[in-house]
Amino acid sequence: MKRYLSSLRCVANYPVLMWMLFISTPLQAQTEKYNMTRGATDISHQVYDLHMAIFYICCVIGAIVFALMFWSIIYHRKSKGAKAEQFHGSLKIELLWTAIPAVILVVMAIPASKTLIAMEDASKADLTVLVTGSQWKWHYKYMEYPIEYYSMLATPRDQIDNLAEKTELYLRDVDKPLVLPTGKKIRFLVTADDVIHAWWVPAFAIKKDANPGFINETWTKVDKPGIYRGQCAELCGKDHGFMPVVVDVRTPEEFDRWAAEQVELQAQAKAEAEKAAQQTQSMEELMALGEKTYESHCAMCHQISGEGLPGAIPALKGSAMVTQDISAHIHIVVYGKPATAMQAFAKQLTTSELAAVITYERNAWGNNTGDLVQVADVAAAIEAGE
Amino acid sequence: MSTENSSALDINDGHHDDHDHKPKGITRWLYTTNHKDIGTLYLLFALLMLFIGGSLAMVIRAELFQPGLQFVDPHFFNQMTTVHGLVMVFGAIMPAFVGLANWMVPMMIGAPDMALPRMNNWSFWILPFSFFILLSTLFMEGGGPAAGWTFYAPLSTTYSNDSTAFFVFSVHLLGISSIMGAMNVIVTIFNLRAPGMTWMKMPLFVWTWLITAFLLIAVMPVLAGTVTMVLTDKYFGTSFFNAAGGGDPVLFQHIFWFFGHPEVYIMILPAFGIVSSIIPTFARKPLFGYESMVIATASIAFLSFIVWAHHMFTTGMPVAAELFFMYTTMLIAVPTGVKVFNWVATMWRGSMTFETPMMFAVAFIVLFTIGGLSGLMLAIIPADFQYQDTYFVVAHFHYVLVTGALFGIISGVYFWIPKWTGVMYSERLGQWHFWCSLISVNMLFFPMHFVGLAGMPRRIPDYALQFADMNAFISIGGALFGLSQLIFVWCVVRCMRRKGEKASTQVWEGAHGLEWEIPSPAPYHTFQTPPNVK
Repeated sequence: MKRYLSSLRCVANYPVLMWMLFISTPLQAQTEKYNMTRGATDISHQVYDLHMAIFYICCVIGAIVFALMFWSIIYHRKSKGAKAEQFHGSLKIELLWTAIPAVILVVMAIPASKTLIAMEDASKADLTVLVTGSQWKWHYKYMEYPIEYYSMLATPRDQIDNLAEKTELYLRDVDKPLVLPTGKKIRFLVTADDVIHAWWVPAFAIKKDANPGFINETWTKVDKPGIYRGQCAELCGKDHGFMPVVVDVRTPEEFDRWAAEQVELQAQAKAEAEKAAQQTQSMEELMALGEKTYESHCAMCHQISGEGLPGAIPALKGSAMVTQDISAHIHIVVYGKPATAMQAFAKQLTTSELAAVITYERNAWGNNTGDLVQVADVAAAIEAGE
Repeated sequence: MSTENSSALDINDGHHDDHDHKPKGITRWLYTTNHKDIGTLYLLFALLMLFIGGSLAMVIRAELFQPGLQFVDPHFFNQMTTVHGLVMVFGAIMPAFVGLANWMVPMMIGAPDMALPRMNNWSFWILPFSFFILLSTLFMEGGGPAAGWTFYAPLSTTYSNDSTAFFVFSVHLLGISSIMGAMNVIVTIFNLRAPGMTWMKMPLFVWTWLITAFLLIAVMPVLAGTVTMVLTDKYFGTSFFNAAGGGDPVLFQHIFWFFGHPEVYIMILPAFGIVSSIIPTFARKPLFGYESMVIATASIAFLSFIVWAHHMFTTGMPVAAELFFMYTTMLIAVPTGVKVFNWVATMWRGSMTFETPMMFAVAFIVLFTIGGLSGLMLAIIPADFQYQDTYFVVAHFHYVLVTGALFGIISGVYFWIPKWTGVMYSERLGQWHFWCSLISVNMLFFPMHFVGLAGMPRRIPDYALQFADMNAFISIGGALFGLSQLIFVWCVVRCMRRKGEKASTQVWEGAHGLEWEIPSPAPYHTFQTPPNVK
């Protein structure tokens, strides 16, 4: 009984608690759960202010119209003895309620046009990044540095399939974020490899379609270091919901340090690849790396089981493509198959990973061809060209 | 408006009824050229499609009830969003309006039937085959179309599976059906108006449908062209939308939305007409500003051809083009506002009662206005960059299409069903249907504004954790809204089985117009001798 009473008290206190929670939470966090973010740039603040201004104007218009309507609904009803008047028009009133909205619209259009013109001026940039969308990852290439890499969803498959507890950054984290310096005007060139994607970072008020074969441009200047998250905003196929955007904004000094590090790392990776091409690996080594690579890059379409999606994605299990001609198999993984969802992986994976994943596909799920594909074989295929 | 000798008319009709040899059973419906039969077929078909499209939406909401993938894989999820959109737009809303036009336009203008009755039969009977083709793809290997109801290239061309061919064929058939239906409406209104039924005496439902029919004839061929280009890009090696062959994927969007934006008004203008008939009836007061209503409708129709790119602000257009489309889009708020103000002025100082049709009509005005205001927000390009492709847009177009178009249709059905069947619907059930729908539809769509603003994109099968509470709430609203529509079916079935109070000729105390001067139920043939409208 006591427990029952205390739980009752709990329920009674619930609204009070919610209210206290509401006023004690920082306003920023409150509004960002239910409203547009104010963002981190001058432009995004302007956009937020525009949004709130139109929102309030719409609220006032709505309130006036609905108030008149409900007044009429309450007082001009037959049950209250209201007699219908028979007026049916007035040119003066019609002109008035044509003119007033027109004036409000002009008032709204002026600041909107100003902000828009500022948003579309990507000239005089300090740094340019080429952003390329492909199913279902982003590729970033720094035009002023020899740095380029893919950025992919970091959420483990188990969390998506409800086999593991979802962590705080569920679906919002990537393996390698885009890193940018503060205080610099950054120009983004946005394009795509396959279908249309849209690169969206709410905190910068940037959403730009990535059109295959065309380049769009947009820009930002971020003053505060931080991690800013967004995601693809244009339906781009099966895993459209699984290609987040993460931007890590650092001070210029930290950015320079990061850039130098990356240049070195990419040079190292290249040297390693050349070294790996000289060596031969065992089946166990190739299968281990191959399985890992397959799960992160191939399983989204061809499925962990290698069975594909009937009618949409071909199966690899028992497929002639992966059990017969080795060079054709290497070719399709390295160069992709034009006009299908099968991408070219030469740019996305290292030669060791390519060799491993091809070996894995030839020996997993009972394919058991016993074939080994070595780094040198892949390197030769890349050397030979398409 | 009144007929000169309505009693003589009744006798005339009764006489004809006796000699009325319509076939019995299924052949009556297969061979019928009667506008009332065809109207009924259209309306029942639309109701069936509403439930099929609704079931697909239930799959979507079930998957989105919680984060993570629970019920369907992402590819199937995309098929659900795509086919839900196509079925609701082309299968539920549009055929329902054509059904209402079939029933009401001849009766409102004093015509004996539609002008082209055989074509009328054909334009209906194409529909079931078209949707059979479309829905059958869901059961094929690889599944149905999954590129969204807007089927943007190259996702719908190079990157789609073979369901595209079926989809294209299905849309071609739908287009033929719509164009024939529209031609019929235009020819009927131009040629079969009773003597004295001048243009500016026509009920607004007739006016809005006339304008809608012109929009249909103007844009359905554009849709047919679009899907044909999709077909040839996919199968015949053309490159309309393929940059590698000198084409442009954004061209697809321009052509699609040149059809798509007028299409939006095709789905709302007839609802304006219905509401413009209902509000004066239950306010017992003439419609305020009839002429300005006609002018506003025509202006909206004209503007609908020069605003299409507001669906594509993020595609990367020149600033000048963006500004042009922003201004024209904002301009639409003016005639739309005029309509809303006129409805409120019609209610003002009336003598109102609130039967079910009026309840839905009033809800239409409030909720459609909310959809219109969020549309105005979407016109502001800098803000649109944040709204585009989020749930804010989903909320916006469901407010105008569900609480707008669908509520308009439902209010029209309650308004006219006594005339169709001769019995009153159950007012108690009608009110239950209204209140359940009103509450659940707002639980369903209102929170979508906020998840959208907070950053949830549309067309995703899974989402980040901060959106979880709202999505669970939205899904519950969706289930309740779906269930509420069963009350509607119950109401309609009761009337069709003639259960209920007998309806009078006028049906509603405040009803005026030719359709309220023929007996209830309306005889199989009406106005074989044209009435004389004073």
